Amino acid sequence: MKIHEYQAKEILRQYGVPTPRGSVCFSVDEAVAVAQQLGGPVWVIKAQIHAGGRGQGGGVKVVNSVQDVGTRAGEILGMQLVTHQTNANGQLVRRLLVEEGVQIAKEYYVGMVIDRSKQRVVLMASSEGGMDIEAVAARSPEKIHKVWIDPSSGLIDAEVDVVARQIGIPNVALAQARACFKGLYQAFVEKDAMLAEINPLVLTADQNLLALDAKINFDSNALFRHSEIVALRDLDEEDPAEVEASQFDLSYISLTGNIGCLVNGAGLAMATMDIIKLYGGMPANFLDVGGGASKEKVTEAFKLMLKNPNLCAILVNIFGGIMKCDVIAEGVVAAAREVHLKVPLVVRLEGTNVDLGKKILAESGLPIISAVDMADAAAKVVTAAKGA
Amino acid sequence: MSILINKNTKVMTQGMTGKVGQFHTLHCKNYANGANCFVAGVTPGKAGQSYEGIPIFNSVMEASAQTGATVSVIYVPPPFAAAAIDEAVAAGLELVICITEGIPVHDMLRTRYKMQGKKTLLIGPNCPGLITPDEIKIGIMPGHIHRKGRIGVVSRSGTLTYEAVWQLTELGFGQSSCVGIGGDPINGMKHLSVMKLFNDDPETDAVVMVGEIGGSDEEECARWIKSNMQKPVVGFIAGITAPRGKRMGHAGAIISGGQGGAEDKLAVMEECGIQITRNPAEMGKVMKHVLKG
Repeated sequence: MKIHEYQAKEILRQYGVPTPRGSVCFSVDEAVAVAQQLGGPVWVIKAQIHAGGRGQGGGVKVVNSVQDVGTRAGEILGMQLVTHQTNANGQLVRRLLVEEGVQIAKEYYVGMVIDRSKQRVVLMASSEGGMDIEAVAARSPEKIHKVWIDPSSGLIDAEVDVVARQIGIPNVALAQARACFKGLYQAFVEKDAMLAEINPLVLTADQNLLALDAKINFDSNALFRHSEIVALRDLDEEDPAEVEASQFDLSYISLTGNIGCLVNGAGLAMATMDIIKLYGGMPANFLDVGGGASKEKVTEAFKLMLKNPNLCAILVNIFGGIMKCDVIAEGVVAAAREVHLKVPLVVRLEGTNVDLGKKILAESGLPIISAVDMADAAAKVVTAAKGA
Repeated sequence: MSILINKNTKVMTQGMTGKVGQFHTLHCKNYANGANCFVAGVTPGKAGQSYEGIPIFNSVMEASAQTGATVSVIYVPPPFAAAAIDEAVAAGLELVICITEGIPVHDMLRTRYKMQGKKTLLIGPNCPGLITPDEIKIGIMPGHIHRKGRIGVVSRSGTLTYEAVWQLTELGFGQSSCVGIGGDPINGMKHLSVMKLFNDDPETDAVVMVGEIGGSDEEECARWIKSNMQKPVVGFIAGITAPRGKRMGHAGAIISGGQGGAEDKLAVMEECGIQITRNPAEMGKVMKHVLKG
């Protein structure tokens, strides 16, 4: 789960990581009021959307008067902010962060992720702050310093000292670096984060460290023990189809193609998308109905796919294990009737009770195109989508 | 022979009194030699009860001492599943198979840390389990699609594993063992550790390796295969069409931090001598081609 920058900064402040003073605003009036409260002479106005690259898209402005705060806030609020992480239409800006401006002497990068192969939390730090860290990693990997953190001891002072010197934090700020890095680790563990970044962490002209930007992503599987994180969720930032899918316990991702896919199991769902592309089509979505799909769930899945205006055909690919093919077939028939399906539907069933399932489809009287295996299904659905 | 489990393995079910645990324990008990293999269940506070003739114990330690079970399969709900693994490891079991999906990653980090230096092997979590056809099935896969034979299968997913197995069975290739290692970012045995066991198994002639986007396990396994594997390997990676930064169902199936893309994995696998296919409908056919070469 993702949150906004201002929310990530609030969490970091709770863990002793210093950030610029500032506040979230939903209107121009609020922005002006916050600016007056903060006092000048410099303010920063930052669009709050979940995508990165906001500055390059025109979503971050530095201003020198309260009047300009109002003007710029008015321009940014309500704009469709396009960045390399949004789609071509961009994301509507509904919230701003108005902060005090700071005098920057040096910028650093500090991040934390879970290293899958070492099975540890890894701290990554670089002197190349404020840049896209993946680009730094690709161009000059020696500039990224890593510490794999022992979960029994946590991040210790000596480790912070080494990495702080490696990235060029001056000795005068070492105590602050310890507080900052250790606070980040504590937040990362206690809040069940998957990724946390302070980029940039800045050294101010008066030798203080400040988290100028912050990003935290959380483990969805751990939200059951973090109601305080769930409360930060901003549904406006999420794909409505994906939000709706999650309410029915369906795993759904919108894609750009025109062939809808309904599959049981995440791996098979990805493989189904892949084979559609291999046969010359493009998948409209990833959709895993899970292991225990009921008739109702299959119907909801059909409704979701049909909300996509680009949809030209649907491929249902089910490998029945625990889930029986006859139950799925009944679900497909009921769903197709309920939604008055108008696009071609190709169904491939295999596994438990497959013959019974195929019989139900054949006797339904619906124009369902039956496929014998994945390749046959892909070929048929691609042809059907082209004809539609 | 086979890897990890056979008809003489003694298994306990942790979380056997739940709906899922009961359903799958019964199916496993009814598969091949399952009636002799599934000897115990564990649910705290329910010692003395039984399910389908399988006695229930309060703890893994008790169940192991009373029945001689050395393997555990876990269906415990996500908030408590990591603790269930910890208990099985502390009791000194040889192998733990965790089926549970949705365990918090930080729980698994702590559990894997505690497993360091311990003899217990872990498969999963978020996996279908493993099967040695006609001998024993531990997990949620449909037994009837398998056939006894000499091909090993190792995979991160569930139904895609069944797809691979079914293609092999249809073409007349049985399986020695099939192992679903799970779709989570922090798990137990990886492709590499299972591949080593297949390499050493005299009754496995070749291996199908099914991977997906996310992490670098497949690449690590491929590099080992290049200089060590003495048997042919057929490989497929799911997720060529997956967008970056989107979690594709499995918690571990995400392209992030500049790694984990399907094309990169396939390129490394191909370079390491694995017979790759980009067509998930042709895993069996490619194996046939390799073996009939």
